[in-house]
Amino acid sequence: MSTLVIAEHDNASLKGTTLNAVAAAQALGADIDILVAGGSCDGAAQAAAAVPGIGKVLVADNAAYEHQLAENISLLVAEVGAAYDNIVAPATANCKNFMPRVAALLDVAQISDITAVDSADTFERPIYAGNVIATVQSADAKKVITVRTTAFDAVASEGGSATVEACGAVHDAGISAFVGEEVAVSDRPELTSADVVISGGRGMQNGENFKLLEGIADKLGAAIGASRAAVDAGFVPNDMQVGQTGKIVAPDLYIAVGISGAIQHLAGMKDSKVIVAINKDEDAPIFQVADYGLVADLFDALPELESKI
Amino acid sequence: MKVLVAVKRVVDYNVKVRAKADGSDVDLNNVKMAINPFCEIGVEEAVRLKEAGTASEVIAVSVGDKSCQEQIRTALALGADRGIQVETDGNVEPLVVAKLLKGVVDKEEPALVILGKQSIDGDNNQTGQMLAALAGMGQGTFASEVAIDGDKVKVTREVDGGLQTVSLNLPAVVTTDLRLNEPRYASLPNIMKAKKKPLDVYTPEDLGVTVTTHLTQLKVKPPAERQAGIKVESVDELVDKLKNEAKVIS
Ligand SMILES: Cc1cc2nc3c(=O)[nH]c(=O)nc-3n(C[C@H](O)[C@H](O)[C@H](O)COP(=O)(O)OP(=O)(O)OC[C@H]3O[C@@H](n4cnc5c(N)ncnc54)[C@H](O)[C@@H]3O)c2cc1C
Repeated sequence: MSTLVIAEHDNASLKGTTLNAVAAAQALGADIDILVAGGSCDGAAQAAAAVPGIGKVLVADNAAYEHQLAENISLLVAEVGAAYDNIVAPATANCKNFMPRVAALLDVAQISDITAVDSADTFERPIYAGNVIATVQSADAKKVITVRTTAFDAVASEGGSATVEACGAVHDAGISAFVGEEVAVSDRPELTSADVVISGGRGMQNGENFKLLEGIADKLGAAIGASRAAVDAGFVPNDMQVGQTGKIVAPDLYIAVGISGAIQHLAGMKDSKVIVAINKDEDAPIFQVADYGLVADLFDALPELESKI
Repeated sequence: MKVLVAVKRVVDYNVKVRAKADGSDVDLNNVKMAINPFCEIGVEEAVRLKEAGTASEVIAVSVGDKSCQEQIRTALALGADRGIQVETDGNVEPLVVAKLLKGVVDKEEPALVILGKQSIDGDNNQTGQMLAALAGMGQGTFASEVAIDGDKVKVTREVDGGLQTVSLNLPAVVTTDLRLNEPRYASLPNIMKAKKKPLDVYTPEDLGVTVTTHLTQLKVKPPAERQAGIKVESVDELVDKLKNEAKVIS
């Protein structure tokens, strides 16, 4: 059996989520190769070669793949993946974009967002906003899988020395083009891999007040997240949304501030090790999942918390 | 230009769904059903394109048993012009839905197909992408802005780092994210009018598609329960607990 892991990267470097996908691939028990598809992606390819336990790193370095256009990448992955039993990728926005295309091209199902590997063909995955965990069995000879990264501990990033070789034809479907991007630059850790996350909700009242979270985040080395309500209201950008339909996080410490605890928000953070909730409504559902609940006005509690940690 | 918008019947988003005690399936007895929220955003976008004079006709399509006609009628009440039901025995897998929708695309030849980015029951996030692949179309998934520009569509997408904009040749597939628009409510007169709008029913055979099963759900279980926590009285107590009991800060 063999598994092809699709790397998540920014051309220059490998994203940590790739290491979680490799962990899931190891659970499948097959030989693992990594595919790095990008434009001027040598940095990412070298980083992939350093991951221990990898057979080889296949690199498709071409302008057609630079911006990860799904129309092009999916053709490449379907071609290269033809030789493998499993094609595995982290369930990032990018891989969620092209992996179902790959599955359709190969005429197989995609098994989305797996949280456990029970056997080579049987997996667990959350459904209904994580209120139910389903065990599903695949009848396809070839499996296309995306991995919930918080469910698999990242493998080491150093110590391996896989061979690196070029692969695949250049696929430019010619039906889509990259126009531009607005990417938030931040010195903080990434939301999905941070050890500590502090999130604000509608209770924050406006974007300016998120400064109250920043001071604490600076002291704790935390990433900052938000509820959908805070994003919809324009307090903060979309990439900060935690939840069923946003990002899934499972840090050691999650601090929810001015967040009520709707099912859809809980779906994105309830696997955190320790949950703290600060909310002025003592009946807020968030307290049902919080290890430590503080019933308080956040405008009093946050400055005090910042001064005491 | 014709716009095809797919709608799915799902459990209402306010319902907390549970596994049955015997683990055989989820318990959907007497739960409220609704149009998938992301599909509703899709319908709204299609109707706005029509109101703006960009779209000439909006067709709402759903795959499922007869009960999904209710959600098609909802889409018609929101402003879609006609409906199509592809009749199946309950829910089928995303790959099969994509194939059935491809069959409808071949019949109707829309310039734009809009779907929700995921349905809130299976949480798969697959169908739009699969349809795009099968139809050989470009895709703008997780859309927060859609602008038709001649024979192309510009789609702004919500991605992990922020926003990305792509330009796609038409025909194309768009899947909606939460910020694309705020759906309207259907007015009573429009609900009444929707009952008279045409609704065609196709079988998978009509579309030349065989319904296959690739994934079998063996069992379901509740997620790991969190142990009940405590309420702390003060910020001091909170800091003390985090340092000395949970040991997550130093
Ligand atoms: C299809 C769909 C997908 C969704 N996906 C997501 C998702 O991915 N993520 C997500 O988060 N939501 C999602 N939602 C939305 C979700 O249902 C809730 O509406 C949302 O999470 C509410 O955000 P909130 O808790 O910030 O706001 P609210 O529910 O309004 O809660 C605000 C809280 O702040 C507290 N508060 C106010 N002022 C103060 C103060 N001064 N001090 C202390 N506390 C205060 C209040 O007591 C209240 O509990 C989704 C909904 C749908 C329909």
